[in-house]
Amino acid sequence: MQDDPAKPDAAEVIRVQHLEKRFGEVHAVAGIDFSVYAGECFVLLGPNGAGKSTTIKMMTGLMKSDGGSIEIGGWSVAQSPVRVRSLIGYVPQMLSVDGNLTGYENLLVFAKLYGLRRSERTERIREILERFDLAEAADRLVRTYSGGMIRKLEIGQAVLHHPRVLFLDEPTVGLDPVARKGVWEHIERLRHEQNMTIVLTTHYMEEAESLCTRIAIMSRGRIAALGTAQALRAQMGQPDASMDDVFAHFAGRFEQEEGGMRSVFRSRRTARRLG
Amino acid sequence: MSSGAAAPLAASVDRQRGPWTFVRHALVIVEIEARKLRKDPTELLMRAIQPALWLLVFGQAFSRFRVLPDPSVSYRAFLTPGILAQSITFVSIFYGISIIWEMDMGLLQKIITTPIRLSAFVAGKMCAASLRSLSQAVIILLLALVVGIRLHVSLLSLLGVLFIVLLGGAFFSGLSMVIATLVRTRERMMGIGQLITMPLFFSSNALYPMSIMPGWLKVMATVNPMSYLVDGLRGLLILEPGAHYGLDVGVLGCAIALMWGLNVLLYPRILSA
Repeated sequence: MQDDPAKPDAAEVIRVQHLEKRFGEVHAVAGIDFSVYAGECFVLLGPNGAGKSTTIKMMTGLMKSDGGSIEIGGWSVAQSPVRVRSLIGYVPQMLSVDGNLTGYENLLVFAKLYGLRRSERTERIREILERFDLAEAADRLVRTYSGGMIRKLEIGQAVLHHPRVLFLDEPTVGLDPVARKGVWEHIERLRHEQNMTIVLTTHYMEEAESLCTRIAIMSRGRIAALGTAQALRAQMGQPDASMDDVFAHFAGRFEQEEGGMRSVFRSRRTARRLG
Repeated sequence: MSSGAAAPLAASVDRQRGPWTFVRHALVIVEIEARKLRKDPTELLMRAIQPALWLLVFGQAFSRFRVLPDPSVSYRAFLTPGILAQSITFVSIFYGISIIWEMDMGLLQKIITTPIRLSAFVAGKMCAASLRSLSQAVIILLLALVVGIRLHVSLLSLLGVLFIVLLGGAFFSGLSMVIATLVRTRERMMGIGQLITMPLFFSSNALYPMSIMPGWLKVMATVNPMSYLVDGLRGLLILEPGAHYGLDVGVLGCAIALMWGLNVLLYPRILSA
């Protein structure tokens, strides 16, 4: 990968070097390098099985890498996992709030896990409930929430401790357009008001283009292209191409053998639960 | 690449070390379970029906066989600690199902990306599960009292019973969590649970004293952790002479430590799936 010309001036928050992951014969992530800078919204695009989720899981420490290194805020994910986890928030693709607890309780237990002091806790929980328009529903069981409310609560839960980096795996999958827009507005506000760095995966090209600063297109475990939407078009030689064309140009030329039943099942189920 | 990453960032929250953090984190995991149980205790009430049948129906009928060497102890009183142990085992051995459910959803993955250590998380889950056993103990002891089964009740014996119940619950739920990491689906977990509960129960001293067992069964009962659970409970509840409290607590304690260690080793595998 060439050094990216559109690299922002801000400080480097994430540095990924020669990152690798193998599943048996499959080279799911085949030695990738990239950096993410403070206040960026960095998106990983790619077909199912391209290695996006695997990359995010390795960055959050859920999965061990087979080679290479990841540093977040200057700390190695492999060597200082607990330190790194206090700097990040993670919203998995699947449902990650407890339906049998109220919205308030879901926030409370996470505030405790993040080690917030009692006085901070009350304040942060109130802040999140107001910021995500959940104050009125705070004492209702989460299983009575709508899909959009659940997603907002999940994001709120992940930013209680004001993390430096927020990881979102398919944050808008299965949401209706109105809820999707709401979720995006909240992510944007977190970025602008708290200078939070956002790293996410999505399938929605328009979202990737209009909201993210840089796009990394992954294909077969490699980064096929990385840059702003404009830079990617320029690289392709078609300045007025749609994002779908850009995506197809860099990623879509081969059939993807991975993904399969399990990933289809998982994404549909997530969609159903949220919807 | 630029040299942008200068000094490492200070954590936004910097109180994540030491044994106190371990305990605090484990207690949060227990708190999650406690809050859910308080909201919906139906499952626990339902689970108390089966032990009630054992005590009321089986206990009544079986008491006519006079299998006990000591005629001064009623069979129902003898059986009560056994049924209590059975109930703890059953409620714990299926705990893995809820673990698999939480994992399929994504809840566990999210919890494990907070600054909690995996060892604290596993310890918290095992304690949380033993909380469920505790509720079974309360129900069964009350039931025994209501139907007039005479047990030895003092503050000290009750505290002892609750302690041993917690140990038993932590061990069997730890075992269930180990199985959950190996089988990974709720259906298989259900099957394995069904498969091992009855042999565990019948090869222990829950229904009959070790002294009347044939030799081969004695051997099985000796290696069966449930026997130690029963032994401790029975010693406290009917003042059976010859209970080996030290051995019981020691065996259960070691078994808990083993399960805890295995889970800490096994969980990274499934959390990344």
